[in-house]
Amino acid sequence: MKNRKQLMENVIHGIFLILGLIAVGCVLLISIYLIISGIPAIRKIGVWNFLFGKKWASTSAQPQYGILPFILTSIYGTAGAIFIGVPIGFMTAVYLAKIANSKVKAVIETAVSLLAGIPSVVYGLVGMMVLVPGIRIIFRIPDGASLFAAMIVLAIMILPSIIKVSLTALEAVPKEYEDASLALGATPVETTFRVSVPAAKSGIAAAVVLGVGRAIGEAMAIIMVAGNAPNMPEMFQSVRFLTTAVASEMSYAADGSLQKQALFSIALVLFLFIMLINAVLNFFLKHSKER
Amino acid sequence: MKKTKRFIGSAVLLLFLLAVMAGCTKSDSGTVSTDGSTSMEKVIGALGEAFEKSNSGVTFTYNPTGSGSGITAVAEGRCDIGLSSRSLKEEEKAQGLKETVLALDGIAVIVNPDNPVKDLDLETIGKIYTGEITNWKDIGGKDLEIVLIGREAGSGTRDGFETITGTVDVCKYRQELTSTGDVITTVAGNPGAIGYASLASVKEIVKVLSVGGIEPTEETVRDGSYAVQRPFVLVTKSNTKLSATAQKFFDYITSSEANEIISSAGAVSVSQ
Repeated sequence: MKNRKQLMENVIHGIFLILGLIAVGCVLLISIYLIISGIPAIRKIGVWNFLFGKKWASTSAQPQYGILPFILTSIYGTAGAIFIGVPIGFMTAVYLAKIANSKVKAVIETAVSLLAGIPSVVYGLVGMMVLVPGIRIIFRIPDGASLFAAMIVLAIMILPSIIKVSLTALEAVPKEYEDASLALGATPVETTFRVSVPAAKSGIAAAVVLGVGRAIGEAMAIIMVAGNAPNMPEMFQSVRFLTTAVASEMSYAADGSLQKQALFSIALVLFLFIMLINAVLNFFLKHSKER
Repeated sequence: MKKTKRFIGSAVLLLFLLAVMAGCTKSDSGTVSTDGSTSMEKVIGALGEAFEKSNSGVTFTYNPTGSGSGITAVAEGRCDIGLSSRSLKEEEKAQGLKETVLALDGIAVIVNPDNPVKDLDLETIGKIYTGEITNWKDIGGKDLEIVLIGREAGSGTRDGFETITGTVDVCKYRQELTSTGDVITTVAGNPGAIGYASLASVKEIVKVLSVGGIEPTEETVRDGSYAVQRPFVLVTKSNTKLSATAQKFFDYITSSEANEIISSAGAVSVSQ
């Protein structure tokens, strides 16, 4: 009887182990696949020419595969999104955690959750129909599809994750800290910015890194507002991101061609970027747990 | 009494199961799968629908992936017929693929409805797209910078347009969009924009230019006088036979019977 029970336990453990390994297996499979299919083009083109080449012309008679414009665009675009999105998101989180009454908080939190649930193609569509013509008219430029439009769309898209993670971090600050500060005569605003925010800083940093991860990996929304011409990044020029470079040419590239292999190499570069960001994120999360 | 009831019950169940199984096998034997060019969506969709209607129990599928993907899909045997909006390249023919021209498609040059320009010749279009002419006032329009809208590298429409206008690889695009619909929407929303799109999918929210004095219509595309046109191609494997249903579909859409459907979908039929 006992043996049977033991056996049952083992079987169930085995099943759970297999289910758990599915995720690990997927990650390994994708990583290995990307590395195997991404390396050949880099070797053919040359690491320096590929990463630091300024011109991308994959279908011309003399193809050039330089992805520096894409790398810089992705970095600038993400930085811009963080620059716009983090102050808004962070202040919203502070307001929700420390100032808002419970009714207002419930409404805003629901709105933020809904914002997180909107599919990225919808962000792109609204951006294309409203934001792009708006930028064209406000800034008096010939066309509004630009790096700036992409930054704004990305900033809105990363808001929910920044607000939610910062909010959790702020709410986890022990009440005693704040009480002590208030008892010593600090005003509530001073308490928030001198005590609560510093105590939650690693959580807030994690929120920022999460936002970076979301922004750098986004493709669908920005392919509709960024214009997609492979220019070096300029605020009001049409630009192409690492993600959109892969997405816009993949469906047409002939199999086995250097163009297709180069697209996989771009994906590999993007993958490495995201791995790096995840490593940073893990560092912050561990840091906040240890505190 | 009870026994007979049970018997009837099981007999009904058995019949039902048989019917379900028969249904399965029937639909399995009659599928035609197509894969490829997004520009051919309207034409192939209409043909598929008509084919399904006249042959009950047959299932038609179309996977809009793009010409390149469609050609790959046939080569790998993932679909019966590949759809391409450009002629096959030599290396693709070398893989044992065969092309059959289904129809012709005019590529319309489109501008914003507010733009007073009505006609451009091929040379001027080339100059616009290579950045030699940058303002509409130089060609009879308003004092407005020209915004070049195009498709992504590898698109059949882009390939067709650039080949015909002699601007391969030298176009100074402001925007490279990934679908015909996006091009039309963008041109409709920007007074200085010029773009190109399949004649079959152009909507009234943009203005279609005539090229060299010739309006893009079915007649001018078929007789070749409208210059900006390309073929819609069916891609099959030359060494493998199509399934009976796929062959039937292939014969049907390349016959003159299908002409009316092809023209009502906006493309120009070629079979007599």
